[in-house]
Amino acid sequence: MSEHEYVPKSKAGKWFNDRLPLLSLGAHLSDYPTPKNLNYWWTFGGILTFCLITQIVTGIVLAMHYVAHADLAFESVEKIMRDVNYGWLIRYIHSNGASMFFLAVYIHIFRSLFFGSFKSPRELIWIIGMLIYILMMAAAFMGYVLPWGQMSFWGATVITNLFSAIPLVGESVVTWLWGGYSVDNPTLTRFFSLHYLIPFLILGLVVLHIWALHIPGNNNPIGIDIKKPSKDTVPFHPYITVKDIFALLMFMIIFAGFVFFSPNVLGHADNYIPANPLVTPAHIVPEWYLLPFYAILRSVPDKLGGVVLMFGALFVLIILPWLDTSKVRSATFRPMYRQFFWIFVVDVLALGYLGAMPAEGVYLFLARITTIYYFLHFIVILPALGFLEKTDPLPASISEPVLTGGFSAVPTRSDKIINENK
Amino acid sequence: MKTNSFIKLLVTILITTFFFGKAYSSSKDLLKIDWSFAGLTGKFERDSLQRGYQVYKEVCSSCHSMKYLSYRNLGQKGGPEFTLEEVKAIAASYDVEDGPNSEGEMYERPGRPSDHFVNPYPNDKAAIAANGGAYPPDMSVLAKARTGGANYIYSILMGYEEKPAGFVLDEGVYYNKYMDGNKIKMMSPLSDDLIEYTDGTNATQAQMAKDVTTFLTWAAEPHLEARHRTGTKVIIYLIILATLVYFSMKKIWSRVDAEK
Repeated sequence: MSEHEYVPKSKAGKWFNDRLPLLSLGAHLSDYPTPKNLNYWWTFGGILTFCLITQIVTGIVLAMHYVAHADLAFESVEKIMRDVNYGWLIRYIHSNGASMFFLAVYIHIFRSLFFGSFKSPRELIWIIGMLIYILMMAAAFMGYVLPWGQMSFWGATVITNLFSAIPLVGESVVTWLWGGYSVDNPTLTRFFSLHYLIPFLILGLVVLHIWALHIPGNNNPIGIDIKKPSKDTVPFHPYITVKDIFALLMFMIIFAGFVFFSPNVLGHADNYIPANPLVTPAHIVPEWYLLPFYAILRSVPDKLGGVVLMFGALFVLIILPWLDTSKVRSATFRPMYRQFFWIFVVDVLALGYLGAMPAEGVYLFLARITTIYYFLHFIVILPALGFLEKTDPLPASISEPVLTGGFSAVPTRSDKIINENK
Repeated sequence: MKTNSFIKLLVTILITTFFFGKAYSSSKDLLKIDWSFAGLTGKFERDSLQRGYQVYKEVCSSCHSMKYLSYRNLGQKGGPEFTLEEVKAIAASYDVEDGPNSEGEMYERPGRPSDHFVNPYPNDKAAIAANGGAYPPDMSVLAKARTGGANYIYSILMGYEEKPAGFVLDEGVYYNKYMDGNKIKMMSPLSDDLIEYTDGTNATQAQMAKDVTTFLTWAAEPHLEARHRTGTKVIIYLIILATLVYFSMKKIWSRVDAEK
């Protein structure tokens, strides 16, 4: 935080700022000292803000034309696609936007895992982030139900049915969620209501997420505490803003590639078939971003066990700051954690793949192995590493690295330097 | 063991799993056509769309509805682009139920371009009853509702064969190479010279299958051409903007890099 107090130049500005210090807030955001060695993995915070705003804006327009009724929802979506001016564009941005949002959030999360951004003193930023992630999954799931296609209907049936695993009150809870004795119109209307609500909850949490970030300041690729402001920092504007905008444009090119040239590749063909409670699709699969959890859910033969494990997979993420016992943040200086990090990445990708496959034979076997490894990573490996691992020496500051030959913020290159030095 | 070799090992395992999975799922390879609407600048062939509509009208529409389309769509840009006169004539060739009139009676009148495609059956139950218990799916979004899209529809239309020896088929069920389980309740709908194309094109089975598939793809994605056109412009714009921002960024950051 900048030491000097911001004073607006104009009289009107001063009058306003004395009563509501919005201008001071703007000055704080603009001057906010940011580590100068942030790499492109750090641009996804800005990209995610863009994703949220895009979803809210397109979503509000879609809600003007969408009809939340079991008999009319599918048709209203087709009307949007055919007759609303640029309706096809707005809907494709919204549906692909959900996937892009998750792509960005996964990169953002894995960046935090690699560079130890979740560790003290940033635990709350991490926990708020995880709450955002959980709300995102809820919003995305309910959004997928709204077109009332086959996958909407059956996805909703499968996911809501999970709550029937709760002992004693399970069945009652499911009836309560459905608003009846099966997924039907009351389910659709409440999902629509909640789908409209959740993004604004997320927006509120994003404000807290950024607020909490501005207390300790950004972590950085070498993960050491730095003096702020100092030679190691740059003001947020224009240095970080211009870099964020450049990265955002790159991201938008990929986004546009999906929207304009393969808008349905991330969805499922069955969702263009109107919902039919009498016909079950051959394979009921959730959207790609939920697949790892789906694989964990199905790898347990017992329904309650599967549900517990699935929520457990999220719970271990929430308490991660206390599971990782290492004092060193960045994986750049953690030779063992670095390996386990990449194994974990592959494990999650494998879970995602297995979630899309039928739960039988070799797939089920592999899903069980990868599920066990997922939990091993958090419950055994991370706590143990803090004690077993011999970390590399940390540099004193960003400007004066201990390693000879110049320090690069890019982890793969520094990996090489470290390996060569051995 | 070094990180890299470890990662390589894991990636190898992952890739093997993917390939294994591909081989395991025994989906037949669909027939593939070099569609004019595929690719970044893909467009529909106007003639093919018009012929495709003729196939739909004279063959498919006796069982399959297309309830999300209106006759006016046939004259829209990026579609078959029939002239307004032609669209009016097509619409007028159908009887549409309207009403109630001032006497409270429902009545029939000739169709107008604003009318939706007339449904061949009064309701879904009637459609099922008339087709041996199988519902002929609405064709408005069919091309998007099947994995494989246009290739799938084309393959089904071309996939009728003599059933292999020993393959048991019930009455009213036909063998199709590309159908899930190889059983289909729709009789092979197309055969050479089944219809006479108004533009004189030779109406082979393959030609009709191609034309009607093109038509169905347009029906499912009527703004495909506009989407491709806009997309190209958007991406060019973004690349130019990104280039400008890139050089601004280099200039701004040169102040910091110079301090080193």
